[in-house]
Amino acid sequence: MVSGRAGGALARGIAVCYLSLIVLVPLAALIWSSRANGMHTFWAEVTKPEASAALKLTLGAALLVATFNAITGTAIAWVLVRDSFPGKAAVNAVIDLPFALPTIVAGLVLLELYGPNGPFGVNVAFQRTGLVLALLFVTLPFVVRAVQPVLLELDRDMEEAAESLGAGRMATFRRIVFPNLLPAILSGVALAFARAVGEFGAVVLISGNVPFKTEVSSVYIAGQIESDNPAGAAAVSVVLLLISLGVLLLIGAFRHWRTRHDR
Amino acid sequence: MRRISVTFLPLAFLAAVIVVGAHAAGAKTTLSLVAYSTPKDAYAKIVPTFESTPAGKDVALTQSYGASGDQARAVAAGLSADIVALSLEPDVTTLVKKGLVPSNWDKNRYHGIVTDSVVVFVVRDGNPKSIHTWADLTKNGIQVVTPNPFTSGGARWNVMAAYGAQRAQGKSDKQAIDYLKKLFKNVPVLPKSAREATQVFASGKGDVLLTYENEAIYANKKGVHTEYLVPKQTILIQNPVALTKSGLKHSEAKAFLKFLWSSKAQKLYGDTGYRPVLKSVAKSPKYNYKTPKSLFTIDSKSLGLRGWKSVQYRFFDHNNGVMVKVIGH
Repeated sequence: MVSGRAGGALARGIAVCYLSLIVLVPLAALIWSSRANGMHTFWAEVTKPEASAALKLTLGAALLVATFNAITGTAIAWVLVRDSFPGKAAVNAVIDLPFALPTIVAGLVLLELYGPNGPFGVNVAFQRTGLVLALLFVTLPFVVRAVQPVLLELDRDMEEAAESLGAGRMATFRRIVFPNLLPAILSGVALAFARAVGEFGAVVLISGNVPFKTEVSSVYIAGQIESDNPAGAAAVSVVLLLISLGVLLLIGAFRHWRTRHDR
Repeated sequence: MRRISVTFLPLAFLAAVIVVGAHAAGAKTTLSLVAYSTPKDAYAKIVPTFESTPAGKDVALTQSYGASGDQARAVAAGLSADIVALSLEPDVTTLVKKGLVPSNWDKNRYHGIVTDSVVVFVVRDGNPKSIHTWADLTKNGIQVVTPNPFTSGGARWNVMAAYGAQRAQGKSDKQAIDYLKKLFKNVPVLPKSAREATQVFASGKGDVLLTYENEAIYANKKGVHTEYLVPKQTILIQNPVALTKSGLKHSEAKAFLKFLWSSKAQKLYGDTGYRPVLKSVAKSPKYNYKTPKSLFTIDSKSLGLRGWKSVQYRFFDHNNGVMVKVIGH
């Protein structure tokens, strides 16, 4: 018992040290470098028209992509768990590929496919549509992989009971399955959102990077670094971080509330 | 007994390898070359050629390639470098300001410049939109692809070529800036780097790509079906090399730098699309470079170009630079 407690403390210590070294210290350094030039500079940098246009576009696109993923990701997870069809194992394996592919390669491939010379005759490159498409590609696995294990574990008895009591398939999904999946969907959505906010490689080619039109914050930040304005780059990065943190906390709080509410 | 010897055999072998390896490493001087990405093909040949010369026989060069600005920032942040080869002077200036490169780095016969190029127009096969002059670029319905000058060092050459070309045709400073505004109205996308701009153009976007001559030659070699033309007025692109203070401590690094201006190395640069700075090599009929009617440099004072320092501040300052207004339009 005592050794168990000591082991727990050791594990906690290691976890905290590791987390600090890998995540917290770099984030703190970023915030430090953004405030080194004073709050006034920070505010001036963030409210520059080009910077705020890029921020708005980034957040709008990320919200859209996260919402879309909530629906399609759940549907894909459902098909992978509840249906059986030839090649299911292969499809299951393909889901993770967007993680493995260097995103700049993904961007290049999407440009070849959906650009002016694409084989399908659709040209969405260098527009916001192309940007959203690229983000959908790289964020696909998050919701699927969050929902899948929950769906696998989900007790079919509850659904059968509901159906035997006369609930239709829609009602069963809405009242039984969906509430059980919601926390997983939300955590997948949160990850997809955070990823979409920070994505660089996949969008840098296909978006065209036109200020006020298709330039996202990550590309804007790269531009600030290239033109010797690290203060501007750090300021916009901090805003992106704060927004992502806000969204993650909000979803975390909602999940917490849901779990307690259920009990 | 037997078992022991079997166990120790690999260890003995390992020890032997370490001793031999240490001996080899002791005899060789390891130098680090940090360069921008475009001349990678040239250095892939230049480095082994140098290592086969008497001066280079005991030298091992490690190489690092990346975007010019990124490489300069990496060296400024501590990446070990003895020789730096960058795409434009301001990136060397970054290192001078940090005290890593002596301020007299350009005080040699070639002013620190190891390769030249020019800004050219790359057009689709057969030049269907019949683009020949700078004025053609601002016509209605023409799409011009150029990287964003705030993210790409290469794009700054394009902007200064466009500006200087107007001045060379007798236009005033204001008229030249108005030209830039018109030009950028025809720029539908702003790729981040010169290489990405080539990829965008290869994907079918745009009628004309503004880029370095060596990049145009590269694109042709890689099977992008295009042709390029040298406009009548254009800028001479000059790519610097310099020794860092740590490089200056090694006679081998000095020898390598000297070798880069030898006819052997200059030929290898020429074969990958650059214009050699050594006149005797550049004259070779195999390169057949077109000399534009008016070829100016970033220091052509009569055209209002007063070197990178002034140009950088006036055109590319992220707050008040001329290009902020030109692109933001």
